[in-house]
Amino acid sequence: MLLINCPYCGPRPEAEFANGGQAHIARPADPMSLTDDEWAAYLYMRDNTKGLHHERWRHANGCGRFFNASRDTTTDVIKRTYRMGERPEAEHQGAKP
Amino acid sequence: MLSPAIMRSNALSPMQSSGTTAASTTSLSVLPDAAKLVFRGKTEAIEAAGAHFGVKPSLEACRFAAVGGRSVYWLGPDEWLFQAVNENPIEVFGGMSAALQGQACSLVDVSHRSDGIAVAGPTAALVLNHGCPLDLSLKAFPVGMCTRTVLGKASLLLSRSEEHVFHVDVWRSFAPYVWQFLDEARSLS
Repeated sequence: MLLINCPYCGPRPEAEFANGGQAHIARPADPMSLTDDEWAAYLYMRDNTKGLHHERWRHANGCGRFFNASRDTTTDVIKRTYRMGERPEAEHQGAKP
Repeated sequence: MLSPAIMRSNALSPMQSSGTTAASTTSLSVLPDAAKLVFRGKTEAIEAAGAHFGVKPSLEACRFAAVGGRSVYWLGPDEWLFQAVNENPIEVFGGMSAALQGQACSLVDVSHRSDGIAVAGPTAALVLNHGCPLDLSLKAFPVGMCTRTVLGKASLLLSRSEEHVFHVDVWRSFAPYVWQFLDEARSLS
């Protein structure tokens, strides 16, 4: 079973976690000024990266907290996990911010 | 007001007398009812809560602290479970609530939500590992550790009070399932 390193609890079995989709998507500061297309892009459009992808995970059956993980989508190797509010390391910034 | 007898019945009480008769070195027992409060808040509020409760909450991840029948379990970086065995939840909640007046925090009485099982015996870890993927060796899961995890299809709070004694705190609706799961596992191991 895959081990995922929770930034709070340490390495834990994959079965305890839930994937939360792509990370670092900021909600537009002023949604009313957006066109429908721009709003739809914010709501629905996500990267389909081959390679390093930054995504949110939740330790659902553990501490219950969300965190971020940089995962290679081709090998399924998680290079690094980091807390909410932190940015991916420069060396890992392969994916679009 | 409802009488306490109507308000609270242990979901595991019918299970205690049932189960396999197979000789096993691991015993299952139902833990006594307890007042349980979930606390969420920052450091200042948790210190005040601990001072009132009489148990200093662990700030280290996945650890619990116990004094007599009272214990505090770390659940998350800003979340703890306060447990007082055989105490009246209304009184415990009232006291804590008053002590936390003015603090930015949340306190919820969850006494009726879950029931406890003690899994004891030299092969207790092996029995739990039939459905729990955690490493339960003493090195990875020492005495004094607690964590929410999974067992089969159920989510639960697992803690180790002694080398060969684990406590399982599971939501009522999952309690008979977890009991039967452990009962079957111990008959195999």
